[in-house]
Amino acid sequence: MKEKADVLQGTLALMVLKTLDVLGPQHGYGIARRIEQISGDILALNQGTLYPLLLKLENEGSIASQWGASENNRRARFYRLTTSGRKQLQSETYDWNQTAAIIARFFEVKAEDLP
Amino acid sequence: MRFLRRFFIRLSNFATGRRADQRVREEMAEHLALQTEENLRAGMSPAEARRQAALKLGAAQAIREQHNAEQGLPLAENFLFDLRYAFRMLYRSPGFSLIAIATMALGVGATTAIYSVIDATLLHPLPYPHPSELVRIEANLPGVGAHDVGLSIPELRDLQNSGIFQYVSFCFFGSDTLTGNGQPTRIAGATVSPSYFAVLGVDAQLGRTFDPHDASPGSNGEVVISDGLWKRAFGADPHILSKSIRIDNDLFHVVGVMPAGFRDQGQTGEQVSTELWAADGFSDRTPPMRGTRLVYETIARLQPGLSPEAAQGRLDALVASLKKQYPADYPPQAEWTFHLTPLAETLVGNVRQSLILLFGAVGLVLLISCVNVANLLLARASARGREMAVRQALGAARMRLIRQLFTESLLLFVLGGITGFAVLFCARKFLLQFVPESLPRLNDISISWGVLAFAIVVSVAAGTIFGLAPAWLTSRLDLTATLRQEGRGSNGSRRRSRLRHVLVIGELALSLVLMVAAGLLLRSFWDLFQVQLGFNPTRVMAIETSLPNPNDPNTDIYRTATQEAVLLREVLRRNRTIPGVEETAVSDRTAIPLGHGQNDRRIIPLLREGPEVQSSQPPLIDTSIVSPEYFHVLGMTLLRGRLFVDQDLEATPLVAVINQAAARTYWPNQDPVGKRVRMLGRLGRARPDWTTIVGVIADARTESLADAGIPQIYLDIYQRPAKFLALYLRGQVDPAAISAQVRTQVQAVDPELPVFHAETLNDVLSSSLSVRRFSMEMVALFAATALLLAGLGIYGTISFLVNEQSREIAIRLALGAQRRDILKMVLRQGLTLAAAGAGVGLVGAPIVSHLMAGLLYGVSPYDLSTFAGVTAVLTAVAIAASYVPALRAMRLDPITTLHAE
Repeated sequence: MKEKADVLQGTLALMVLKTLDVLGPQHGYGIARRIEQISGDILALNQGTLYPLLLKLENEGSIASQWGASENNRRARFYRLTTSGRKQLQSETYDWNQTAAIIARFFEVKAEDLP
Repeated sequence: MRFLRRFFIRLSNFATGRRADQRVREEMAEHLALQTEENLRAGMSPAEARRQAALKLGAAQAIREQHNAEQGLPLAENFLFDLRYAFRMLYRSPGFSLIAIATMALGVGATTAIYSVIDATLLHPLPYPHPSELVRIEANLPGVGAHDVGLSIPELRDLQNSGIFQYVSFCFFGSDTLTGNGQPTRIAGATVSPSYFAVLGVDAQLGRTFDPHDASPGSNGEVVISDGLWKRAFGADPHILSKSIRIDNDLFHVVGVMPAGFRDQGQTGEQVSTELWAADGFSDRTPPMRGTRLVYETIARLQPGLSPEAAQGRLDALVASLKKQYPADYPPQAEWTFHLTPLAETLVGNVRQSLILLFGAVGLVLLISCVNVANLLLARASARGREMAVRQALGAARMRLIRQLFTESLLLFVLGGITGFAVLFCARKFLLQFVPESLPRLNDISISWGVLAFAIVVSVAAGTIFGLAPAWLTSRLDLTATLRQEGRGSNGSRRRSRLRHVLVIGELALSLVLMVAAGLLLRSFWDLFQVQLGFNPTRVMAIETSLPNPNDPNTDIYRTATQEAVLLREVLRRNRTIPGVEETAVSDRTAIPLGHGQNDRRIIPLLREGPEVQSSQPPLIDTSIVSPEYFHVLGMTLLRGRLFVDQDLEATPLVAVINQAAARTYWPNQDPVGKRVRMLGRLGRARPDWTTIVGVIADARTESLADAGIPQIYLDIYQRPAKFLALYLRGQVDPAAISAQVRTQVQAVDPELPVFHAETLNDVLSSSLSVRRFSMEMVALFAATALLLAGLGIYGTISFLVNEQSREIAIRLALGAQRRDILKMVLRQGLTLAAAGAGVGLVGAPIVSHLMAGLLYGVSPYDLSTFAGVTAVLTAVAIAASYVPALRAMRLDPITTLHAE
């Protein structure tokens, strides 16, 4: 198994926001499932750590939450993206793409390309 | 933004104590249920499904804690928890807490008290808008060694028109007599330019101040009065503006009442509490001459944004061009210049050094108290070694322990600070009595919010600096060793005791420095007190009165010396009939020995026949106008020639008496008797008559106790009239009743004359020493406190050592050591500490005493006997403080001690 990258851990918040953006309101388990599906084994997180992060995002105003009924008709807390959260997602997506592009370019450079 | 939002939500959760533990539990239960179902669908057994779900979720307890931490502010919560624990710890050892808090209260309280004085005097000396724009302008003649010679009217106008200043004003403090309102009362008054209040930037609460552009010649008949005078003398009459009041027999129109909080600028308490301002444009004295320097005090407000340095530069350019324009008035050898000083500096100049010294001294006391408390904390650290070890063994992080210990010490320091402040606040009225009245802005000293903030900042800073090290050292210990044998002999405790020794040595050194400072001040004060005065103040009272000074000389009934002489002779004759009075004399008030500030001196150019008759830059000399009896009443000795006699009258040739210093300075190696001088009075005639010197008296310290040889010239009051007078009564009089008795006698001659300020010359003498005495007493008090604290420190340290070594001592005793040897051994430890402390202190003390050389009189800053005496006292205290624990060590019973172990 590969080393679990810290960078990926740090981007958990971004993943949560993107998940909510794509799937709409979700409860904690749904978000965790989605992240697991997409990242596979690479991001082997303790799913429980999601909950403090969700509270942090909520305190920051990026997401909002309310009680609702889950698939099996039990009480579950549903999270949804707020307007400010959507804006944050946009700007962070842009930043991320930019960073990724720069890094990618560094990796493309070969020794003979250098002047 | 987002960060702030998160912080505020957490803060409000923390403040309201809201918890959403239920929510995260519910969410996790739901999560587990969903995962379990999923696992079941994947074909796991129910038990395995639950197990896998729980594994995937992670440690539930840790997640809940993390969630809760995100909910509130864990740092603050821990702090509150620590605080609660700290309170409980303090409560558990009340003796320790009480001593530590009292020590800090002493240090912080004393520092805050001195700070409140400094806050009022040095930091906020000018309660006016934009105080940094205010400057004082003085004219100097360095070429002839004359400073602050005053300005002439044309020079004042040059300054006003220079564009450097917004407004320029002179001010002349004096006193006025308010009549026509019952008893004639004397009030502190000032004559100022119409632009005076524009300079200060303060407006009236009722009516208006003077029009700064008012160019009406002479006095414009308008006065502005203080709120106090308005309420006192006019019952806060709302129609005061339509009324006229009588001052010095002139009618004045009140144009404004200043706000209640307004205080004048000035160097003495009396000037600051000026109650009446009259405007004078000085325009009628024609032609105003450049050489006639009438104005002694000039203040101005700089153009906004102009720094004093830049203004000084432009002023220098102005001086250069004026010198070119009027070469006759400003001869190059006199080197006439203007010097500009920020007003704030000039007002506190004479007490600044004393206050800074006091602040330094009290700072040392604070430092020593901090060191003492740190020492106590270290001592307690040993007692708590086991507690710390147990906590660490149970898994407490070192940082967490430090934080908790630090909270405890911070609490001690802050509680001490608050206690000190509270005591200061309650005792402020009582303490203010000890502040000398001559301190400018005495009335503005208050325990304000700023002072409270200072106290808190000081205690928190002290707590941080002196609480961290003990916390660090307490938490640092060898776990197994400590748990096994209760901290004794463990590594950490040795490091602690080394730090304790350093602290005690520091304490001793600091108190030695303070004691040297106090000793030197005490010596100076004593020398000044014992100085040969040259006059005899015993059994002499001085009482002031003043003659009306109307604007129109023709209405002045005491215009000529002859007219005034009639009054004075009658007043003196009547006062001699007061029971107990043996002799009487009269002089102008500047001649009261030591009874006035620098500003009040009458300094007049002295034109000697011969050398200076052509010069426009004669030397300046202190001048007193006195009656013939003055010298005898004050017991001054005649050396050559004669004193004034009754035959010296207005019509006879003018005569003068000088002191030896004047003879030495102005007629070196000559006999001054018979020489002639011209006295160019401030408002005198352009060409005064020749005055013949008829006598020389011995030098007396009438101007300054510290200076024996200030040149003086005395003129005869029956030849030169004076308006502000002092009556002297020698004899056995009752100081309480004398004011009324003299008033009856004076007002029997002229009911319009006020009588005030009755004081014995001894009181005048002692109040002239008041600032010195104040700083001497305070520094001595601080030094005594420091010594006490240092003594306690050394006592505590030695006691602790004895406790630690009790086993060793017991073994020694059991093996046959002499009890005397034990005593010596402990005392030696005390002495070693004292010697080290004294050594360090003796290095530091000369540096400090060198800095305070300006405050000393008659004693060298490196006075050997003071240094030696202080070191002896310190050593004696150290021995005494070590003696008690040493006795305890000596009387140790080896059997019980060894059993107890």
